[in-house]
Amino acid sequence: MDASPGFLIQDDVPAKGPPRRRLPALAFPLSALVVVAMIVAAIAPGLLAPFDPTDMDGDAILRPPCWPHLLGTDHFGRDILSLVIYGARASLLMGGCAVAVGGLAGGLTGLVAGYAGRTMDMILMRLLDIWMSVPDMLLAIIVAAGLGASFGHTILAVGFVTIPRYARVMRAQTISVCHRPFIEASRSIGTSHARIVVQHVLPHTFATMLVITTLGVGTAILMGAALSFIGLGVIDDRPDWGFLLSQGRSYVTVAWWFATFPGLAITALVIAVNVLGDALRNRLDPRLRS
Amino acid sequence: MRRIGGALFVIAGTVTLVFLILHWLPGDPAALVAGDTATAETIANIRAQLGTDRPLWSQYVAYIAGLLHGDLGTSFATREPVLGRLWAQVPTTMVLTLFSSAVALAAGVALGVVAAVHRDKWQDRTIQFVLLFLTSLPSFFLGILLILVFSVTLRWLPAIGNGSWRQLVLPVVCLGLITSGRLMRMVRSGVLDVLEEPFVMTLRGKGLRERQVLFTHVLRNALIPVVTVLGVLVGELLSGTVVVETLFARQGIGRMLVDALNVKDIPVVQGAVLLASIFFVLINMMVDLSYGWIDRRVRS
Repeated sequence: MDASPGFLIQDDVPAKGPPRRRLPALAFPLSALVVVAMIVAAIAPGLLAPFDPTDMDGDAILRPPCWPHLLGTDHFGRDILSLVIYGARASLLMGGCAVAVGGLAGGLTGLVAGYAGRTMDMILMRLLDIWMSVPDMLLAIIVAAGLGASFGHTILAVGFVTIPRYARVMRAQTISVCHRPFIEASRSIGTSHARIVVQHVLPHTFATMLVITTLGVGTAILMGAALSFIGLGVIDDRPDWGFLLSQGRSYVTVAWWFATFPGLAITALVIAVNVLGDALRNRLDPRLRS
Repeated sequence: MRRIGGALFVIAGTVTLVFLILHWLPGDPAALVAGDTATAETIANIRAQLGTDRPLWSQYVAYIAGLLHGDLGTSFATREPVLGRLWAQVPTTMVLTLFSSAVALAAGVALGVVAAVHRDKWQDRTIQFVLLFLTSLPSFFLGILLILVFSVTLRWLPAIGNGSWRQLVLPVVCLGLITSGRLMRMVRSGVLDVLEEPFVMTLRGKGLRERQVLFTHVLRNALIPVVTVLGVLVGELLSGTVVVETLFARQGIGRMLVDALNVKDIPVVQGAVLLASIFFVLINMMVDLSYGWIDRRVRS
């Protein structure tokens, strides 16, 4: 993308003014376009892909980008463009489901810890400390390996690893809401805990959780791709960008296109998701800005 | 003292967590050691030998007892002590991690300061753009791009292996750049915060040169919060070594972990993860302790 000054939003807000935009004006629509295209590719890859991703063309092995293989072919003579298009499903599922697992489990943990307080809070927080004492990737690796290699298990592993970050944010949010006077007022007129949580606490944490889960999608996609890159997660022939990269890596000296295009696909998707997450944050929760 | 106690507690918890997760492993390591042609009896014998037929708690007690004696168990695959095998890999991983953190710090601080000083100018925008890439790019893709450019096309540096410093350059640059993103963001916002403090205006009013204000006064204060992310940085580096060592075919703990995983060599996997986690916890404890020493305001 071009980053020339004419391309950028020129804001003349004073230094201490409202939050300013740091990204080019086109970043948001472009990202939305990328995400929509990827979702279409994930739902109906057959509509977009010129070839079947399992078709092996014996006459076109490791062919550079040319007609009809626009992004070249791999070591089996499969069409890279079609593989990349069919691979969108795995990455989007990984991003969406892992975040759902981590966000729900983490959100619930944080809610319980923050609302119950005292001993419960202490126990849960110590558990999370232990959790976070194993570096992310290593924990994901042993959980994925422990559950057995399959796509579903890799999703669970990535979700499991990300629980603490959601739990911590949720806990902080819950505690700050619980200190507000209207909660005390609500308690004093005899509202039940369940009702307070559902009616008062959850709505106040929603915006923040939505923002950090959106930003978490990118992280989940990256972690999932890294797991399949080192050979965990993919056991069937389901096209997967991380796995394509690891295969393409072996041919990097003779076929630059093999690893480059799946890599670009991951990068484009994660950038797009992050830009959308940033936009969402600016809109919903400016306080979260770094 | 309380911090050290906390760290010990976390380490004990980590040992238990790692042990429990890994003993869900569905595959039977004994069958793997024995090979495809082994009879059921041989496999049962090997299982007894490895101790994987005993109940979980008994394996756990034996494991903890071993740990306290500095014994991480015996590798299923090579029958060598795990600690010895891992220890031999520590130097190469250490070198990679140290140099990468140097690259990450240098890139993070330099670009963060430039972005803050030129806030909202083209320098800042360009750096923000690079930052978006660095946080969205898978480390292994950055590594492959580096190999494509510097090894395949320019033929400047070797892509794989370890031994000479030339083989260290690409892995270090790859890991360092990937981990520099967070630092860059911290440094930028840290410097911006400090620049708004009244004492900066006083210094400028006294007629100090901008350069002097920035390097001797602003930077010193801005870098204090950065210390807190060093712990997180180490975690990212340790995670990154797994992928980077595999990608660049380097020896090291991360690579050994991946290899051990493929042959279900549980003791080696367990040992590697524990070693990394203990290192991670200790670094974080030191960061916690040093924070009070660097910034006197948090001491009380």
